[in-house]
Amino acid sequence: MEYLRKWVQGLFFLMTNGYWNFPVTRSIYKGPLKVVCSPGLNCYSCPASTTYCPIGALQQLFAGIRISIETGQFFIGLYVIGTMGVLGGFWGRMICGWACPFGLFQELLHKIPSPKFGIWPFVRYIKYGILMFMVLLLPLFVIDEFGTGTTWFCKYFCPAGTLEAGIPMLMLQPALQENLGWLFLLKLSILIFFITWSVPASRPFCRSACPLGAFYALFSKIKMVKLTLDHTRCTHCGDCHNACPMEVRFNESPNDMECISCLLCTRACKRNAIVLEIGGVPISGRAKAPQKPTRT
Amino acid sequence: MKKKPRIAPFWVILFFLILAMIGIGLDEPSQVLNQATQICLSCIGIG
Repeated sequence: MEYLRKWVQGLFFLMTNGYWNFPVTRSIYKGPLKVVCSPGLNCYSCPASTTYCPIGALQQLFAGIRISIETGQFFIGLYVIGTMGVLGGFWGRMICGWACPFGLFQELLHKIPSPKFGIWPFVRYIKYGILMFMVLLLPLFVIDEFGTGTTWFCKYFCPAGTLEAGIPMLMLQPALQENLGWLFLLKLSILIFFITWSVPASRPFCRSACPLGAFYALFSKIKMVKLTLDHTRCTHCGDCHNACPMEVRFNESPNDMECISCLLCTRACKRNAIVLEIGGVPISGRAKAPQKPTRT
Repeated sequence: MKKKPRIAPFWVILFFLILAMIGIGLDEPSQVLNQATQICLSCIGIG
């Protein structure tokens, strides 16, 4: 299953970054596919990107919401929120584990041999603050003299944007280097911080700062595709704790908002107590539970 | 472990599908496309 997940991650990486003509055009893809939502965090200013980033699009719409309403267009983000909600309602944070290019990047960094550490549990709450303030409230309410807001998360924080768009665009268009200033240094520092952190810790950006992951996490209890625990089979051995890259204790909190449904715990569980279900219908983990060892 | 199908996810998906449809009705995808096909330099830390 882990082998399949890696293939799916690679497939989504190629699908959302399928414009390979950028070294010739020295610019981004401008075709009609950019009306399609990228399920994971994938900057739409990336030269190879073929889809739009929901977090970026939402901030852009919120930042220009006053002008939009004044001109009678009412672009208030319903298409973007609706698309994100459909994805979240169906898959939830399974998208983080299976379809996010930046999640894949962190997983690959974590494979670099080094001492491995956990992440403090309280940092998981930071991402909800980032979603609330940098993606929703600040772009909506902090406006300039023209009534336009700013894309706070993209502009001041997003390390995916720096990696996928900022650095490649500087290489493709060297003239842009004249515009570099403290903003780029800030974003580059944040990127280096998360790259460095990803080597000893598993998926630190997903767990501490990703606003898209925070949005999908809101669906953890009601999403269509989810893992559930068969309490009759679980012996609380703790094998699922050791297998989880998000440090979820699945037998203690099966609806944990950090669970990315990577299914590593289903493989680790010797008693098939963790079941993948779609809309309440189990589709895995139904194999007969192994017999408890008996003394002869 | 026999379980009934869960209805809540269907309602949630339907709700957001309706939101997306309203957005399409307001021609929001054209605005998203317009934004996504332009490079926002300040958004990626340049300028």
